[in-house]
Amino acid sequence: MALVTVTIDGQTVQVPEGTSVLDAARSIGINIPALCHDPDLTPVGACRLCVVEIENMRNLPASCVTICTEGMEIRTNTPRVREARKTILELLVSNHNLDCMTCEKAGSCLLQDYCYEYGVSGYVFEGEKHDYPLEVDNPFYIRDMNKCIVCGRCIRACEEVVGKNILDFVYRGFKTKPSPFMDTPMSESDCVYCGSCVTVCPVGALVEKDRLGKGRTWEIEKVKTVCPYCGTGCTIDLNVMDGKVIGVTGNPEGDVNGRFLCVKGRFGYEFVHSDDRLKKPLIKKDGQFEEASWDEAINLIASKLNEVKEKNGADGIGILSSARCTNEENYLLNKFARAVIGTNNIDHCARL
Amino acid sequence: MTNSINEISGADFILACGTNTADCHPVISYKVNKAIRNGAKLVVIDPRATDFAAWADEHLQLKPGTDIALFNGFANVIINENLWNKDFVANRTEDFEALKEAVAKYTPEYVEGITGVPAEKIKEVARAYAGAERATILYTMGVTQHTVGTHNVWSVANLAMLCGQIGRESTGVNPLRGQNNVQGACDMGALPNVLTGYQSVVDPSVREKFNKAWNCNIPEKPGLTVTEMMSAAARGDIKAMFIMGENPVLSDADASHVAEGLKKLDFLVVQDIFLTETAQYADVVLPSACFAEKDGTFSNTERRVQRVRKAVDPPGEALADWEIICRIANAMGYQMNYASPSEIMDEIAGLTPSYGGISFARLEKNGLQWPCPTPDHPGTPFLHGEKFSRGLGKFHAVEHIPPDEQPDEQYPFILTTGRRLYHYHTGTMTRIGMLNEQMPGDYLEINCADAERLNINDGDKVKVTSRRGKIEIPAKISDTVPPGVVFTSFHFAETPINKLTNPKYDAISKIPELKVCAVNVTK
Repeated sequence: MALVTVTIDGQTVQVPEGTSVLDAARSIGINIPALCHDPDLTPVGACRLCVVEIENMRNLPASCVTICTEGMEIRTNTPRVREARKTILELLVSNHNLDCMTCEKAGSCLLQDYCYEYGVSGYVFEGEKHDYPLEVDNPFYIRDMNKCIVCGRCIRACEEVVGKNILDFVYRGFKTKPSPFMDTPMSESDCVYCGSCVTVCPVGALVEKDRLGKGRTWEIEKVKTVCPYCGTGCTIDLNVMDGKVIGVTGNPEGDVNGRFLCVKGRFGYEFVHSDDRLKKPLIKKDGQFEEASWDEAINLIASKLNEVKEKNGADGIGILSSARCTNEENYLLNKFARAVIGTNNIDHCARL
Repeated sequence: MTNSINEISGADFILACGTNTADCHPVISYKVNKAIRNGAKLVVIDPRATDFAAWADEHLQLKPGTDIALFNGFANVIINENLWNKDFVANRTEDFEALKEAVAKYTPEYVEGITGVPAEKIKEVARAYAGAERATILYTMGVTQHTVGTHNVWSVANLAMLCGQIGRESTGVNPLRGQNNVQGACDMGALPNVLTGYQSVVDPSVREKFNKAWNCNIPEKPGLTVTEMMSAAARGDIKAMFIMGENPVLSDADASHVAEGLKKLDFLVVQDIFLTETAQYADVVLPSACFAEKDGTFSNTERRVQRVRKAVDPPGEALADWEIICRIANAMGYQMNYASPSEIMDEIAGLTPSYGGISFARLEKNGLQWPCPTPDHPGTPFLHGEKFSRGLGKFHAVEHIPPDEQPDEQYPFILTTGRRLYHYHTGTMTRIGMLNEQMPGDYLEINCADAERLNINDGDKVKVTSRRGKIEIPAKISDTVPPGVVFTSFHFAETPINKLTNPKYDAISKIPELKVCAVNVTK
């Protein structure tokens, strides 16, 4: 692919033809702020926060939708640029519920980060504010349209990643917001609750319901592992707080999925801490299960299996392994069947 | 899968057969969406008009159990119109003449009579598949869960080889597997006829290798499959069973027969995370750690081995399954001691050529796709690039054989089963919290014409009866299913549909015909 050479804040860089100014800058570690831009979605240039100065251009172009051309001279952090960005942020927060103390997104909110960076207080422009009721009509996530900055990431994720096209902008002007067709509640739409919109939302407008009040974003430990449901093998981060899984997010480094998951992968973790989990070995006595020690249970199993093996031969025993367990466990149960019991009667539910 | 999941986005033609990808493998459907947005054509072959089928350029709504006829029909058109890939067929395959002869009678018109798919559409799809630059085939249990499941897969493979749509990026024959580690359980030899990496148990040199490594004497004769084990238990030939993390009482065909078998056992051990329907029959139940509470690896549907990491402690005294197996083995007098799953993987790599280069250290950042024979091998994104595993790709001449049970006067409907988006298998992991709140119960999809005839309203409780059992379930009037076909899932213990399904299985793979059985529906 042909390369073009541009200069960004005095640094010369070569990028493939077709690269945006924003991506070119980020490729050399210059981080231009952007709210509507998401690396996994089509750039739209809606929020204008990523404006830069480009030699011989009349206005401040949005860098996410401006393509690098040969010899372009770009400045990303001039007083004029910073002033424009600050004004945009002041305008955004003039109609934003500034309850950052209790907002679930605090700490990972881009709006909060940029306001901090640009010294935006939120009290420059006074005007009309939205007063929408919280949308809590589904089990998985909350929509707080008072915090929506109308960047449209959720709309693009639903269309471009998931292919469901549930959301679009409804109404016009000040009343514009992302919603299902005819502004029906999410629960009456065909939403499949994969949570991709929640994943890309840069602010607190979309948050997971089950996480409310369970931990601040900076306190949560993320453990990279693999989803336990279908065979796709998405890489997930278990979000752990005080020894409990309080949420699941897609891992951007995931080989298969990146940041996006489905409803089960993202919200189907509650079984882990279910009260119904088995906690002690159980032995059936007179038709009733009674709790037992590990030694008691293991010894009973060993003697019973040895007994059947002696009386009926090893093929009198059948072993079912599991498509839910790890490779190492399946290997060991295979070894157990063939080496310890001495039978090939081992199978699992591959056919179901 | 012969190819990788991400390659699907690069295909320009996707033939999805017997897969409700958007509901059952949602993240793979995102790759299909990406391909469509790049201009790819999607053809969905499914008796049900699913939401996924609505994405398709063509939805071929065939009668359940007529897949071979349809795929033979595609091959017939491609051969008659001289659209097949002569180079590929000449250099990479054998027995083309047998295929040609077998599909000769499967003209589009003849196939229309069997499948209900219009002849014109069969021709169009055949031409488009043959003419595509990179065509990929996706399939799931809609293809395999039939008494002719293996033949179905052969007919699919025939099509791919005929057009040379395999062995290159973004092509291939791609079964989307339904469980997180069903690929790995097979790879690890949790099967009656093979040891790890599909090394045959009847091969003396394989047995010798494992006998030496494991200090044992592996029997030569392959063992019994799940379905066969349950029958053997019912007959009294199997006296004891050890079940780790499975719930066959709900998941297997003809569930009453399974329960009967388990009841007859002298001794049953179930090792699970919950007291499942199956665990209720056990003499001893052992509490195990779930995926979030242990280290290890899973292998996904594209053969990618990935690290599973412990995030939280198991509840109470629960232990990881591998620790429990070691304890039992030791108590039975066989020394089985490992410090960690990483050590177990090293042993696996030593005995399994396709896993030979895999170690926990290499999996730290990303997964590896087998075959990965050596520690410096990068893994294999797609198979059969230079040659097939057996050398030449073999065309199998296969004939359409109708499903074991046909609708008749007493049982006039075809019942087909599958999954729902919000639940998983027997519901042990999903019948809780948010997912269960979203979908607390199941329903029987029935076509509006049938519902009207039987005076069934939406939400009415209906009785569904087969030769094996009966359940009651609310009806959902829907145009997802065509007249004469009803559908539900096997997730719900309240509506245990596998009491009705047909355990008659495929002679080769032993997979039961869960996708077709004859039922009656009454109010």
